[in-house]
Amino acid sequence: MTTDSVMTLSNIHMRFPFGEDWRGRPRGFVHALNGIDLEILRGKTLGVVGESGCGKSTLAQVLMGIRKPSEGEVIRNFGADHDVQIVFQDPQSSLNARMPVWRVITEPVFAVSKRPKAELRALAADLAAKVGLRPEVLDRYPHEFSGGQRQRIAIARALSSDPDVIVLDEPTSALDISIQAQILNLLKDLQAERGLTYIFISHDISVVRYLCDEVAVMYLGQVVEHGASDAVLAGPKHPYTRLLLDSIPTMRATGGLGEALRNTDLPSNRNLPTGCFFKDRCEQAGAGCDVRQNMVPTEQAQVRCCQTTAATPQKVSA
Amino acid sequence: MADPVLKIDGLEVLFPGFAGDVHAVNGVDLDVQPGEIVGLVGESGSAKSVTAMTALGLLPTGAFRQSAGTISILGRDVATMSEREMNKLRGGDVAMIFQEPQTALNPTKTIGKQMLRVIELHSDLRGMAARDRAIELLKDMRINDAEEILGRYPFELSGGMRQRILIGMAFACSPKLLVADEPTTALDVTVQRQVLQLLHAKARQTGASVLFISHDLAVISQFCDRIYVMYAGRVVESGPAQKVLGNPQHPYTAALIEALPEDADPGAPLASIPGTVPNLVNPPKGCAFQARCRHAHAACDSRPVLTDVGSKHQAACWLREEISA
Repeated sequence: MTTDSVMTLSNIHMRFPFGEDWRGRPRGFVHALNGIDLEILRGKTLGVVGESGCGKSTLAQVLMGIRKPSEGEVIRNFGADHDVQIVFQDPQSSLNARMPVWRVITEPVFAVSKRPKAELRALAADLAAKVGLRPEVLDRYPHEFSGGQRQRIAIARALSSDPDVIVLDEPTSALDISIQAQILNLLKDLQAERGLTYIFISHDISVVRYLCDEVAVMYLGQVVEHGASDAVLAGPKHPYTRLLLDSIPTMRATGGLGEALRNTDLPSNRNLPTGCFFKDRCEQAGAGCDVRQNMVPTEQAQVRCCQTTAATPQKVSA
Repeated sequence: MADPVLKIDGLEVLFPGFAGDVHAVNGVDLDVQPGEIVGLVGESGSAKSVTAMTALGLLPTGAFRQSAGTISILGRDVATMSEREMNKLRGGDVAMIFQEPQTALNPTKTIGKQMLRVIELHSDLRGMAARDRAIELLKDMRINDAEEILGRYPFELSGGMRQRILIGMAFACSPKLLVADEPTTALDVTVQRQVLQLLHAKARQTGASVLFISHDLAVISQFCDRIYVMYAGRVVESGPAQKVLGNPQHPYTAALIEALPEDADPGAPLASIPGTVPNLVNPPKGCAFQARCRHAHAACDSRPVLTDVGSKHQAACWLREEISA
């Protein structure tokens, strides 16, 4: 483990029980995370991409410490729990509607130590200025703001406890393009100023390419490809990463939409598929795909696919 | 040229409110020709959906007032049509696909029941013939075990599957016009691609016109023949998709494209548009984009009209006015 990592995840599994039989035992488990190994570097931005149901948000909860993983270990190289903060996707529901803005912003501080009101207000005014809100907004309530402004409030709140790591869970996907650009610029400026570490969860590859140093592509609770974002996004090795990148509509494409995809459904995460998780949707599936895949280092990234890395597939205990 | 499938002239719509009327649509002219796929793009609050909903008479009566303008669908003026006639039109010759496949399907009825209802209401097919038609539609949408799906409830299916069923249903009675309001916004990218491909192929195959509403410039650029860019209830630019997005003539369109992180250099800040959309309770007198525009000057205090800036390419901006004059 290198010294400049703020967090290290090793072999994280997260299972949620569902249903109950007559003795109160769960009928089965939803396997949300299936062995995540990640090292999060200080002062960098890690992008986590994948489709809905791939475990991005569960990963965010594990990183935040909201959920304890069923298996595996999270090592944190910083002081207290409140040194990880989060900005949620939906600025409507993530701000307390009954609190004035200054209270919303200073809530993380107030929750840890009850400080005098004047001190909290001063902190709020300071942070509001930092995220580009005018000082007179402090006494207003969240419903009086537009989506972009609310997301600024959420960012100010995340900054208030002076965290080391901020988890950004799709912070711009509810915003319009012009407002998204404002928020992304703000996030970049704040990172340069405070040396923050971001974990940026998104399904928008163009935003990830713009903002992130590293990218981890997730599929069914596993990281299937992880590496420097320009390398991974320019030359994807895993068939799923390639499919994901090909599917993104771009302004430059001229060839129309092409042929319709055959199968776009994610396999169930209640009964995990045997062998490679992507096997059923993969065009390259062949011999060797019947066993679980390992992350194999390539030149610039790590890839979990035996067909493209030419690694000998190993039997991994499920 | 044949008659347009949908023609909107000078449409103005306002929503009465306590704090004053919200002027949502402020003079929109729009037409959709037979077989054409037309895109309506803009940010939230630009009145893309309100324009389409008004055209199909889907806004609740009493909640809005159409203060000016005419709408004609398939050559008939909507204002002269009774509710009964509109009901016959909607779902038959004109179909609509909504953004959220969760809420557009009835959760208490099976897919089969809902599809058969549409087919039996708008065509002569009954019983097994209608059922066969439903299966055929689902198969066209690449749904493998169609017979089985007919017996399922919406909650048992994935979002992409539900949206494909809705598209199948929309094409049930061979519509001449299909209005798709952000049909893929709630879907993942791989599913989005599949749904767009199927929709595109089906529209071309049946010769239906599509009015496609989206905020996603990239989707619009790949999907549409011609587009209208809307801002604050007005059309600011229109023309062939490749022309408008490749060589934007209105500062708003240009700024929107620049704000995309797609081509941005990861080191440089993004070209964001300062400010926010104007409050439509008091819509600006002149150009609606004036307050956020970097080229704003004195002429912008009066409202620019759409002027030709190329073949079939129009923009509503005083800068272009001067160039073409």
